[in-house]
Amino acid sequence: MGNLGIIFKRELYSYFATPLAYVFVMIFLIANGIFTFDLGGFFLRGQADLLPFFGFHPWLYLFMVPAIAMTLWADERKTGTIELLLTLPVRLVDAVLGKFLAAWVLTGTALALTFPIWITVNYLGDPDNGVIMAAYLGSWFMAGGFLAIGSCMSACTKNPVISFILTVAICFLFVIMGSPILLNAFPSWVPQWLVDAFSAMGFLTHFDSIAKGVLDVRDFMFFSVFIAAWLLASAIVIEMKKAN
Amino acid sequence: MIEISHLTKKFDQFVAVDDLSFSVREGEVLGFLGPNGAGKSTTMKVITGFLSPSSGSVVIDGHDISEAALEAKRLIGYLPEGAPSYGDMTTIEFLRFIAQIRGFRGAEIEQKVDQVINEVALQSVRNQSIETLSKGFKRRVGLAQAIMHDPKVLILDEPTDGLDPNQKHHVRALIKRLATDKIVIISTHILEEVTAVCSRALIIANGKVVADGTPAELESKSQYHQAISVTLTDSHDLVSDLETVPGIASVEVSEDNSLVYTIFAEGGSSIFSQVSDIAKEKHWPISEFHVERGQLEDVFRSVTEQSGGAQ
Repeated sequence: MGNLGIIFKRELYSYFATPLAYVFVMIFLIANGIFTFDLGGFFLRGQADLLPFFGFHPWLYLFMVPAIAMTLWADERKTGTIELLLTLPVRLVDAVLGKFLAAWVLTGTALALTFPIWITVNYLGDPDNGVIMAAYLGSWFMAGGFLAIGSCMSACTKNPVISFILTVAICFLFVIMGSPILLNAFPSWVPQWLVDAFSAMGFLTHFDSIAKGVLDVRDFMFFSVFIAAWLLASAIVIEMKKAN
Repeated sequence: MIEISHLTKKFDQFVAVDDLSFSVREGEVLGFLGPNGAGKSTTMKVITGFLSPSSGSVVIDGHDISEAALEAKRLIGYLPEGAPSYGDMTTIEFLRFIAQIRGFRGAEIEQKVDQVINEVALQSVRNQSIETLSKGFKRRVGLAQAIMHDPKVLILDEPTDGLDPNQKHHVRALIKRLATDKIVIISTHILEEVTAVCSRALIIANGKVVADGTPAELESKSQYHQAISVTLTDSHDLVSDLETVPGIASVEVSEDNSLVYTIFAEGGSSIFSQVSDIAKEKHWPISEFHVERGQLEDVFRSVTEQSGGAQ
């Protein structure tokens, strides 16, 4: 096992050594239940799919993922352990990736534990399980996008609360980027390619099609590149700001 | 061997380390001294590869810390200022994590962890989470992780800060025991520590070296070097007795006891025989009479204040 794996294990362990992981998973499951069954009108729709379930995920992640991400680097800086970690024979990329993956696996665990909803919909009807699998995967990738932003914001400050607020703000921007309300607000003199580029950066643009079962590799590519870019930015910020 | 040449570290406009050059050989225990803000911790952070230098280089056994960071870091054990560690882990979990990062696998991990736990006496807190430990134990956990891989270079930033006298004694004994085949650099504010464990002392102020030598050499630069301190049982006019004696710079009466005198030597040469002769001749009522080696504190103050280090 390389250093990436060792750091990943330590981080994941520390989530479960404190109540954080349990609280996160519990709240995530409860909120999912409320959103899907009450607000989403799961039963009223009378359709054997999980569209209402996945439809709320961007908004749920908007507040829950920054809560996990906020301490990723802010705590290391606050307690000084960053000095310990980065003077060990560890490459910065292993540290950034290891921490990110641990948090990503935690969100994946929470997501996987929503399986009773999947069982319910299979019990009640005959859904397309391929579509549901793809949507689960898409949702997890989107959570990764939120987390990568959070990792970078957490590297910017010693204060987890500031990191939380910054992450929510930036994530919100990326969520609404593809929404029609925002796109219609562009004045007509803005060239169409710019509007398209803007819209293409939006999470909803990519996630909506995945959730509806349109499996396009490009949507997954978008999230992968997005995650990689923000993690790279995290590494650069850590390198620049570790002195203060 | 560590070679530091023309090392400069700037934070925006502030120059923390200013063209610093020195080298340390195996077996040396270098005491790194200086007033607060002199650049001690910054220098250590650059040597250990946490901060990158603005200019200049740090080479550890042929590995440049900027170019071959991983190879250099493998040779170093480092206790950062304040001994940070992951509070949510227990002592043993934390040390296992360090052992893994240091490249130990399988049974080696437990063996190394047990070894350092014994070395710094952490048996009683093996399974306690680190955030609940006392300052002294936390410091020892930090030391344990630093010495885990038997590093060639040991860099300790204020290793005895916050420890009680017994613990200080243990840590110093440990450093001495480890030092035989290693390069040890310790920063400290406690000057007695330098005399106790260091074979060489380096005083820096404003990021520059202002004094470098063995503790004895530095002590000899003190105005107290070869000075004679005399305690009388009864008042006696020492000053007029000593007026005719050659080699004496000045005589001072202690501020809190008018019977305690310090006789300073001119140019650090021995005045023992002259003073003892005159004391016999004039029948000084003496209860104590001894030659000072010199005070490191005195040297520290004079070299750091000269350079404006204490402002």
